[in-house]
Amino acid sequence: MKIDPIHQFNIEPLFTLGHIGNHTIAFTNSSLYMLVAVAIISILMLASGTQLVPGRLQSVAEISYEFVASTIRSTAGAEGMKFFPLIFSLFMFICVSNLVGIIPYTFTVSSHLIVTVGLALLVFFTVLIYGVAKNGLKFFSIFVPHGVPGYILPLVMFIEILSFFLRPVSHSIRLFANMLAGHIALKVFAGFVAMLGFSLGAIGWVGGVLPLALTVALYALEILVAFLQAYVFAILTCIYLNDAIHPGH
Amino acid sequence: MAESHGGAKPAAGAHTEADGGHHGGGFPPFESSTFASQLVSLAIFFVLLYVIVSKLALPKVGGAIEARQNKIEGDLTEAQALKDQSEAALKAYESELASARSRAQAIGNESRDKANAQADAERKTLEEQLAAKLAEAEKTIASTRTTAMSNVRGIASDAAGQIVQQLTGVVPDVASVNAAVDASLKG
Repeated sequence: MKIDPIHQFNIEPLFTLGHIGNHTIAFTNSSLYMLVAVAIISILMLASGTQLVPGRLQSVAEISYEFVASTIRSTAGAEGMKFFPLIFSLFMFICVSNLVGIIPYTFTVSSHLIVTVGLALLVFFTVLIYGVAKNGLKFFSIFVPHGVPGYILPLVMFIEILSFFLRPVSHSIRLFANMLAGHIALKVFAGFVAMLGFSLGAIGWVGGVLPLALTVALYALEILVAFLQAYVFAILTCIYLNDAIHPGH
Repeated sequence: MAESHGGAKPAAGAHTEADGGHHGGGFPPFESSTFASQLVSLAIFFVLLYVIVSKLALPKVGGAIEARQNKIEGDLTEAQALKDQSEAALKAYESELASARSRAQAIGNESRDKANAQADAERKTLEEQLAAKLAEAEKTIASTRTTAMSNVRGIASDAAGQIVQQLTGVVPDVASVNAAVDASLKG
């Protein structure tokens, strides 16, 4: 019995959609799980009814709505509500696909760097384009902090500009690395149980209790991480958008 | 297409199986041949999700929340109005009660005053009548006494004249007898 913690991240093309240049565009298992996430979100939000006294499903839908709305209001102010659909889509997409991804034998969309980079760049360019369109050149005042002595201002500006352009990097790698590492750790510990059992027989199965307990604990942690990383991604998006909305701060 | 993916996949599989621990180019998240497919899928499904969320989901859920909020606020306003109404009714009842009470008191006072006045008037006329009767009676008594007294004088002077005549045999002068009787009546 061999542990292969990487196998779960394989991209398997299911059928071909077409070609762009010399790239082949396929509908892959990743696409399937994106579709699953979109379907779950749509069912949750659309099939949950609009009763005065909400049922369970409607409560979940409304709690998601209120949760994202209050996050935006507290970090980006009332003006940030313009981006409510974007942030809600990001949060729900990441949260639902992460939670689906912890179910054994499924695929985790955000465990692929290219996906998280795509989402982070979407946020980055939204901030940049909206910031410049709304504030003009004043947007670039976010690189000039107030109350910094003149002689270190160039250095501070350099750091600010660098950190601005590094935002999509940290934004995407944080989510990707958390999901990837969590799934690898889960797979390794779960694999230990089977490996001990098959190689050492009865003693191995008894000894496997420890990694099994760790797997259960890690699994609980991963559920938390799945939600938390979606929340972190959403709140960072709010903070970046706040720069575009209020560049003076 | 089948070639490019067919080529990439066995390579990835071979790497993970052969290299075991260390991850080279076979690490799926860094498999650049799958990037285009994933980006296109992401674009399609994220745009689809964005459209569903912004056009259908958020207006629906937000509308339900707002409707509930409005309903609660409306109910609270209505409850407040009803409460105000009942308070006003209570106040009206209390003021009505107070005015009725004061009216009753006024009527009571009035009727008592009237009764008192009537009683006073009746007593006064009665007293006047009694006083008149008393005065008349006193007058009668006085006149009767005067008459009686004058009769006593006449009888006394007659008796005195007779007594003097009997004792002395001289018929006394009427005037002097009268004077003597008067003097003794006075003394």
